[in-house]
Amino acid sequence: MKFDTPATSNPIDQLRVVGQPVDRIDGPLKTTGTAPYAYERHDVARDQAYGYVLGAGIGKGRVAAMDTAAAKAAPGVIAVVTTLDMPRLGKGEMNTAFLFGGAEIQHYHQAIAVVVAESFEQARDAAAMIRTRYVREPGRFDLAAEAPKAQLASADSGEGSGAPQEDRTGDFEGAFAQAAVTLDETYSTPDESHAMMEPHATIAAWEGEKLTVWTSSQMIAWGRRDLAKTLGIPAENVRFDSPYIGGGFGGKLFLRADAVLAALGAKAAGRSVKLALTRPLIANNTTHRPATIQRIRIGAGRDGRITAIAHESLSGDLPEGQPETAVSQTRLLYAGANRLTALRLAVLDLPEGNSMRAPGEAPGLMALEMAMDEMAERLGMDPIDFRIVNDTQVDPEHAERPFSQRQLVQCLRIGAERFGWNRRSATPGQRREGQWLVGLGMAAGFRNNLVMKSGARVRLHGNGAVTVETDMTDIGTGSYTIIAQTAAEMMGLPLEKVTVRLGDSDFPVSSGSGGQFGGNSSTAGVYAACVKLREAVARRLGFNSAEARFEGGQVRAGNRSVPLGQAAGEAGLTAEDQMEYGDLAERYQQSTFAGHFVEVAVHAATGETRVRRMLAVCAAGRILNPKSARSQVIGAMTMGVGAALMEELAVDKRHGFFVNHDLAGYEVPVHADIPHQEVIFLDETDPISSPMKAKGVGELGICGVGAAVANAVYNATGLRVRDYPITLDKLLDRLPELA
Amino acid sequence: MSRVTLRVNGEERSLELDPRTTLLDALREQLQLTGSKKGCDHGQCGACTVMVEGRRIYSCLTLAVMHDGEAVTTIEGLGRPDALHPMQAAFVKHDGYQCGYCTPGQICASVATLQEIEAGIPSHVTADLTAAPQLTAEEIRERMSGNICRCGAYSNIVEAITEVAGRPA
Repeated sequence: MKFDTPATSNPIDQLRVVGQPVDRIDGPLKTTGTAPYAYERHDVARDQAYGYVLGAGIGKGRVAAMDTAAAKAAPGVIAVVTTLDMPRLGKGEMNTAFLFGGAEIQHYHQAIAVVVAESFEQARDAAAMIRTRYVREPGRFDLAAEAPKAQLASADSGEGSGAPQEDRTGDFEGAFAQAAVTLDETYSTPDESHAMMEPHATIAAWEGEKLTVWTSSQMIAWGRRDLAKTLGIPAENVRFDSPYIGGGFGGKLFLRADAVLAALGAKAAGRSVKLALTRPLIANNTTHRPATIQRIRIGAGRDGRITAIAHESLSGDLPEGQPETAVSQTRLLYAGANRLTALRLAVLDLPEGNSMRAPGEAPGLMALEMAMDEMAERLGMDPIDFRIVNDTQVDPEHAERPFSQRQLVQCLRIGAERFGWNRRSATPGQRREGQWLVGLGMAAGFRNNLVMKSGARVRLHGNGAVTVETDMTDIGTGSYTIIAQTAAEMMGLPLEKVTVRLGDSDFPVSSGSGGQFGGNSSTAGVYAACVKLREAVARRLGFNSAEARFEGGQVRAGNRSVPLGQAAGEAGLTAEDQMEYGDLAERYQQSTFAGHFVEVAVHAATGETRVRRMLAVCAAGRILNPKSARSQVIGAMTMGVGAALMEELAVDKRHGFFVNHDLAGYEVPVHADIPHQEVIFLDETDPISSPMKAKGVGELGICGVGAAVANAVYNATGLRVRDYPITLDKLLDRLPELA
Repeated sequence: MSRVTLRVNGEERSLELDPRTTLLDALREQLQLTGSKKGCDHGQCGACTVMVEGRRIYSCLTLAVMHDGEAVTTIEGLGRPDALHPMQAAFVKHDGYQCGYCTPGQICASVATLQEIEAGIPSHVTADLTAAPQLTAEEIRERMSGNICRCGAYSNIVEAITEVAGRPA
């Protein structure tokens, strides 16, 4: 099915099941610990041996020699495979760093060996016996130091965020020079780690030339293709299975060393092998969100109208890598005739930088929305009014291209009213409660809506139940539930009559989970398959498919009513289709919007920041399940608090690695850091987006929230920190004297 | 190899295991009770939280052989999909989870948190060490802070615990 004209009315509009805040259908499994994650598949691949991955101990150079004699002789050891045993393996299409093979070390904790043993304890012990001799080479580990050598580079995150290397509209420099009020400031964001709770893990089993991996992947089709490419085997010989994923946030979008080394270990051992990356490997062995240094210039008239806006971002990555697309939202968020964005990329020898939740927008808005707050102050305007004055209903670079829906102003106005914005003092540092300085901050949230081709197979059984199969993944996003809701709505069934099976490469290829495209895209694919199944049912029962109504487990037309299951017969009835898209995404700009509001208290003596209240007002199309969608937003807000106040991979610039590579050193928000969070979804349907009339919502919640926290800290203290995260040491020497 | 007998969810289980085996790996690998999760293996994340002799413990930070003869309650001992423990049901109702990987540890810690408050055990945020600790959101958040949820379901988890504790959420 092709979606190339805006949606009209369709069965989803009934909203009997879709749009209802139903509990997740996988809830009873997850809350009882019976949902099996990759490492826990005792039900598959008999006789599993244990693998243990060893990471390189240098940041750049090569492996001169590895002595594995002791490891091989250690109790229980079945096989030892080292990177020197083979030439460098192929590289997946989505990978920047090589995952295994050869002597060259591109980054710290790059995998250099896997030990396979009868038990985890034996494999770990033997891995510690491997003696490796390295030849170190000087590396480039300091982004600021490499800045002069950085090159302009275009990029597309593949997740809805992208920009040309340099993008100009009008005459930025001329307009900026003429502007009555200007801002020219530089902001920085650190390297961040996904730190998902489930480490990357894989069980691999070979049967002849056929390889099956039970793994933890957001993108089944990408993973299968890239594992085949890396190992140099045909993709049809590889099966990926990933029904439950313990968090990803972009860290499991791409093939990683766990799957490669489980496959190599299993081959060498002649046994199925299971392994997980240990927690200390994850920060340096896998990918991270790259640090940025961003310069923003804004020029405006005294009326607050932006006449010139420029956003330039520098980030680093390994050779052949990409820049963080931090300027992407600045092309679309505010009006202004004269515009400039630029992306610069420095070559660094740190681990691979890549997508993390809302790549581009998350760090980009942390800078842009702080700059907007500063600019509003220079103009003597309320920050909400300043944003409203500069709202645009069309793509500012292409005025003929409207937004399909854009309710940013409504988000801001409703948020201001609900949050009590009128109680904010325009002058910072005015509100004190004992030793606490209290402030309010806000920011706009923005994230593009992407639609991706997505397929599904729907099977009707004789008992009137339906099974949906698609390689879509549920990484905590609620895919199981919204897919079941979609099929139930389309087939006129209660939710409990729908079974959903996900994450298996034997199922039709879906959008997968990333870039907040999964919810809308995968359900649209299920919609397409259900349309086909409805037609097949109508045909078989002798109904005119245009007249047939599917409701209450019955198919009805005129005064005739037949149980749905009757169409299935003994053998069942199966339909498969995929949703593809025409050029609506080119003709209309599809984006999602939010207003983020935060209250913080900063301790006047210690500089400790506590978040007291949070509200997000979101305009993101039809909300397929308000309960799970709200969870997506509060979770992203939580990660945004982390980015604003604590998260930072500390770079050792001498040896070239992230030092704080575990969950004690890399601080993420815990219960005590997060207050009750409020989310309001505006009533919105977007018929331009898909027949679901939905849009992405999983990343919108992190977009802008970090700046809202930062702006609240400024409002509380009068101290502007442009270097994230805003830790207490950056406030301490400037805090006001205690009374 | 060492012999150890654990009383797991009310059932005697005798194991022959490598003395280096953590309680967590004994549960997950030998007993195939994979509800207890390994998020870090370093006592940093809380996903492996179980109850030993009625008190919560990070099962990755203790060896199985240290618990010979002791009673261990895991998430599997609290309830089943068709017979949920009230805390499990409250997590479902309040959507107190997303990916589900930290969830068993959160639920075990939640049950323990309420028991500890009931037993009068103070926490870092208890203002008066001689008075009974109160069932406030602040107490719950403090006591739950050893269990990381990277999906960020904290706000909902606190509501689930609050409801089970009998206070309006």
